[in-house]
Amino acid sequence: MDPDTPRTTPRKSALFDDYTLSEIRRAASTGLYDIRGGGAKRRFPHFDDLLFLGASMSRYPLEGYRERCGTDVALGTRFAKKPLELKIPITIAGMSFGSLSAQAKEALGRGANAAGTSTTTGDGGMTPEERGHSKQLVYQYLPSRYGMNPDDLRKADAIEVVVGQGAKPGGGGMLLGQKISDRVAEMRTLPKGIDQRSACRHPDWTGPDDLEIKVQELREITDWEKPIYIKIGGARPYFDTALSVKAGADVIVLDGMQGGTAATQEVFIEHVGQPTLACIRPAVQALQDLDMHRKVQLVVSGGIRNGADVAKALALGADAVSIGTAALVALGDNDPHWEEEYRALGTTAGAYDDWHEGRDPAGISTQDPELAKRLDPELAGRRLANFLKVMTLEVQTIARACGKTHVHNLEPEDLVAVTVEAAAMAQVPLSGTDWIPGKTDR
Amino acid sequence: MIDLDLQDVGLRALNQRLHDIAPETNERDFRVLNPMGKHAIAVGLNAPLKVTVEGHVGFYCGGMNKEAEITVQGHAGPGVAENMMSGLVRVKGNASQSAGATGHGGLLVIEGDAASRCGISMKGIDIVVGGSVGHMSAFMAQLGHLVICGDAGEALGDSIYEAKLFVRGTVESLGADCVEKEMRPEHLETLSDLLARAGIDADPAAFRRYGSARKLYNFDVDHADSY
Repeated sequence: MDPDTPRTTPRKSALFDDYTLSEIRRAASTGLYDIRGGGAKRRFPHFDDLLFLGASMSRYPLEGYRERCGTDVALGTRFAKKPLELKIPITIAGMSFGSLSAQAKEALGRGANAAGTSTTTGDGGMTPEERGHSKQLVYQYLPSRYGMNPDDLRKADAIEVVVGQGAKPGGGGMLLGQKISDRVAEMRTLPKGIDQRSACRHPDWTGPDDLEIKVQELREITDWEKPIYIKIGGARPYFDTALSVKAGADVIVLDGMQGGTAATQEVFIEHVGQPTLACIRPAVQALQDLDMHRKVQLVVSGGIRNGADVAKALALGADAVSIGTAALVALGDNDPHWEEEYRALGTTAGAYDDWHEGRDPAGISTQDPELAKRLDPELAGRRLANFLKVMTLEVQTIARACGKTHVHNLEPEDLVAVTVEAAAMAQVPLSGTDWIPGKTDR
Repeated sequence: MIDLDLQDVGLRALNQRLHDIAPETNERDFRVLNPMGKHAIAVGLNAPLKVTVEGHVGFYCGGMNKEAEITVQGHAGPGVAENMMSGLVRVKGNASQSAGATGHGGLLVIEGDAASRCGISMKGIDIVVGGSVGHMSAFMAQLGHLVICGDAGEALGDSIYEAKLFVRGTVESLGADCVEKEMRPEHLETLSDLLARAGIDADPAAFRRYGSARKLYNFDVDHADSY
């Protein structure tokens, strides 16, 4: 062919993109599925697809920084004798000692304390350090029951029965052997260095009728003092919420598929569950149908990154949100400061998600003492407190602009969506129209 | 002995009474009347009490027990002595599924049969069953001993870790990574002690021992069919 003949530009497949090709090659080479941390990475309709309308002729704004806009929230007011009283509607999600270093757990507690909110244990039990550094600590009750004991149950300020997780609804967990230090092994009653599997189902109950009895048992053991949360993954939010209410939950934690995990199969993270945005309205609807909205509190998690996300979740009907990945980033996770080391691991700052391998340069998702001591718990805790305060100020800024004296007064009528998909999921009008897909005629 | 009629006092008052025993008091011996199969009876006990339940119980009787000695003079529902830390729970009749689930310590004696998943995820508890156990017993069992004087259902010890299983009768099938192991003198000694503590007259030499082959402890794609 004449070299001067015009040729079409080489075109890569949209289906077989570079990432897909690399994954096929990796799987073919290793025979292993890809395991990673974090939540869904691909683009889904999310809070960015919503906008607040702000005040106008018919809505009267509050003076920024002058007029009061409350942010407090009580969690567990349905049955518990001692509900959690939080200053801000942003809590720290469950993350285990084992997946995180002791320094990181301490920093989460310090940051939460300074901001007036709660933090949460994870698979593997409660460490004295995190109890000591967390004024309000939620104790997770997981299928594995690693480290579960009645003394820690009584020390907790609330109990979170984990039924599902947004990153892997229907899936258990796996802490790989390289992160099983002597202490982690002892807490989980397993030999050091072996992979620790966490079951996907609880060992002593099946289904919502049994769960109701399990909740009764936990209340009896703790003399009905502690709020009992039920955490569900974003699978069937209407029915899971309704059944959680039926089971006796004080609080429901609803975790969408952007919610993080310490270690799960990539295929699970990206292909099972529903986006956070799609889960909130069905859950709120279930609460409203049962006349339980605001009586059973709803905590939403999965991809909450800033005050705007918090405000939008609250406007859609949540009582509070929970953050995990964003909290780790505030501590120092994926910081460009460690770029050279991220590159040595074959990744880059912002993309590092091999949390299960225990080689985190930032000293957060590791049990390596040398790496872990890179994280100063006081400094990292301060950063988290700063971040929480900024998020709270952002929520207040938006709420005041919408004329609300409390962030819980935000409502769906304050919102529009900029995409049809987001409008359908959030059940708010498409911007510039009064059309709510699936709800109103076009 | 102090009698507590569950029909009169109600579950909440019963458990609160048992939780509030002052260390200096000599109130140590209780009898629970009319349990009527209710759930969560005598849960979260935290002192060396002696509690006898005169009848059948529902779910989770003796759950998370510490130090107390609880006797059920009847049958027990699911999750009896779940997550027990120490002490003794004895069921004179049969037990439903998940008996002794995730237990960390203490001794659970079931004089009759136990249903499926007996000893699931056990973490140090000792369980002695006078009769037989159902399928998937000792699933993901981490530590402790499960003694079965009768037969075991299918998939015994599936995905087992370091727990030790002793069976006198037949085993319908073994679960993934569970294998029969040599019964050495130290195991016979342990078994004799467990049977004696349980008050069950059986010859340790008639039992066989099962435990983990430890092939699934670290993921290997060549063992994928076993998962």
